Amino acid sequence: MSKKIVVPFGPQHPVLPEPLHLDLVVEDEKVKEAIPGVGYIHRGLETLVQKREYPEYVYIAERICGICSFIHGMTYCQGVETMMNVEVPERAEFLRVIWSEYSRMHSHLLWLGLFADSMGFENLFMDAWRLREHVLDDMEATTGGRVIQGSAKVGGVRRDISSEKLDEMVTGLEGIRGELKDMMDVFLLDSSVKSRLRNIGMLSPEDAYELGAVGPTLRGSSVASDVRMNGYAAYDRLHFEPVVEDGCDCYARCAVRAKELFSSIDLIKEAAQKIPDGPIEVKVTGKPEGEYFSRAEQPRGEVIHYVKGNGTKKLARHRVRTPTMANIPPLVKMLEGCEFADVPVITLTIDPCIGCLER
Amino acid sequence: MVYFEMAKTVVKSLINGPSTIRYPAEPAKEYPISRGHVTIDPARCISCGMCMRKCPADAICVRRDEKLWEIDLFKCHVCNCCVEVCPVHCLTMDTDYRPAFSKHDGVKVVKITYVKPEKKKPVKKPAEEKSEE
Repeated sequence: MSKKIVVPFGPQHPVLPEPLHLDLVVEDEKVKEAIPGVGYIHRGLETLVQKREYPEYVYIAERICGICSFIHGMTYCQGVETMMNVEVPERAEFLRVIWSEYSRMHSHLLWLGLFADSMGFENLFMDAWRLREHVLDDMEATTGGRVIQGSAKVGGVRRDISSEKLDEMVTGLEGIRGELKDMMDVFLLDSSVKSRLRNIGMLSPEDAYELGAVGPTLRGSSVASDVRMNGYAAYDRLHFEPVVEDGCDCYARCAVRAKELFSSIDLIKEAAQKIPDGPIEVKVTGKPEGEYFSRAEQPRGEVIHYVKGNGTKKLARHRVRTPTMANIPPLVKMLEGCEFADVPVITLTIDPCIGCLER
Repeated sequence: MVYFEMAKTVVKSLINGPSTIRYPAEPAKEYPISRGHVTIDPARCISCGMCMRKCPADAICVRRDEKLWEIDLFKCHVCNCCVEVCPVHCLTMDTDYRPAFSKHDGVKVVKITYVKPEKKKPVKKPAEEKSEE
């Protein structure tokens, strides 16, 4: 007769570098229930907004997460700029798009590598991270930092990219497109990968929508929702189509991320062609007053930065809703009834970032 | 079902050389704007203290009385903010990453040669003071 037992998964686990803890109620190798536990790395970054002036806080907003750091900084800046009615120069908006898409490529390649590693496919893991180096090199050459870019600024961006460098970057990305294609074929066509991912971690479109999933988790369940469609920064001047898959399983979420890499290359290429000349920043003076919900699309999904000013140099409130926060209820749903051995793979498909989640 | 999808990459890896840099035999990659560590030219510093006021990590301390400029390398998170605000461009960002330390001796002290004189407060004439009163 089977017996229910509780198996702790994490916070330290070989598959996840993130300290996510799950209590898994297991019966006969089947997971009956998963209870998430968070709260291991809380840093109190949101309170710091009351101690730092609003232009200085960009540095802290960028350090919420190491992978999508530029997008965090940019979203915060967008919130403050809208609150203060600052018109950002067009060149700065295009540069923000370029660095956002580079961040997305970097994150997706990192995730694909970790995902291959969680399946036990170490060769593919190294292949993904080898390609990621090209992206990181370009980021360091243009922003000065590999992980923390430090290029977002209230009123524009800090650094410019010359047209020669832009051409070089586009040529480099076109060069790795072929290699990416080879790697994607392994992810999407190989029999061993397919047998590990197909029909695992099912999340129906209704569940995904009702539980508030965002990003590739939502688009993998055939819901075409992407904040980039709203046209923040310069996305309204570029051709953008969200990548949607209808498999509703781990394979579909993997495919969304894989195909978004090519969509990012296209966006960078188009932005590099359309980028106008001109200034990259405007001088911002005054003190913010009012409140604003700033939204942007991170590699993992939609991020919301809520900022509230009170007429002083220091903001009154700053609140972040990160994609991992939104994706935890769908994760619990996915884990119900799955095989115990599939838990690491399913958990990784939402790309949990506990640094983002707890701030 | 497709088998041996990885074969192309495997053959390519066999023929090509290693993808990684053979550090330290080969030098690491560096770019002109890479942020490594902050350096100062003590001869040009006017001890205005702008870098100290703008540093988000409170890593820089300018002591005018003792003619000293200090940076705590453990606190500094190499954001380039001090370099941007320096009015005389005496601060620069070096591309080399700073060396590792085994204990907390990361405070670097630089003796600056010139110290900006403090602004003298305008002395009010006794007649003006009386009229104000």
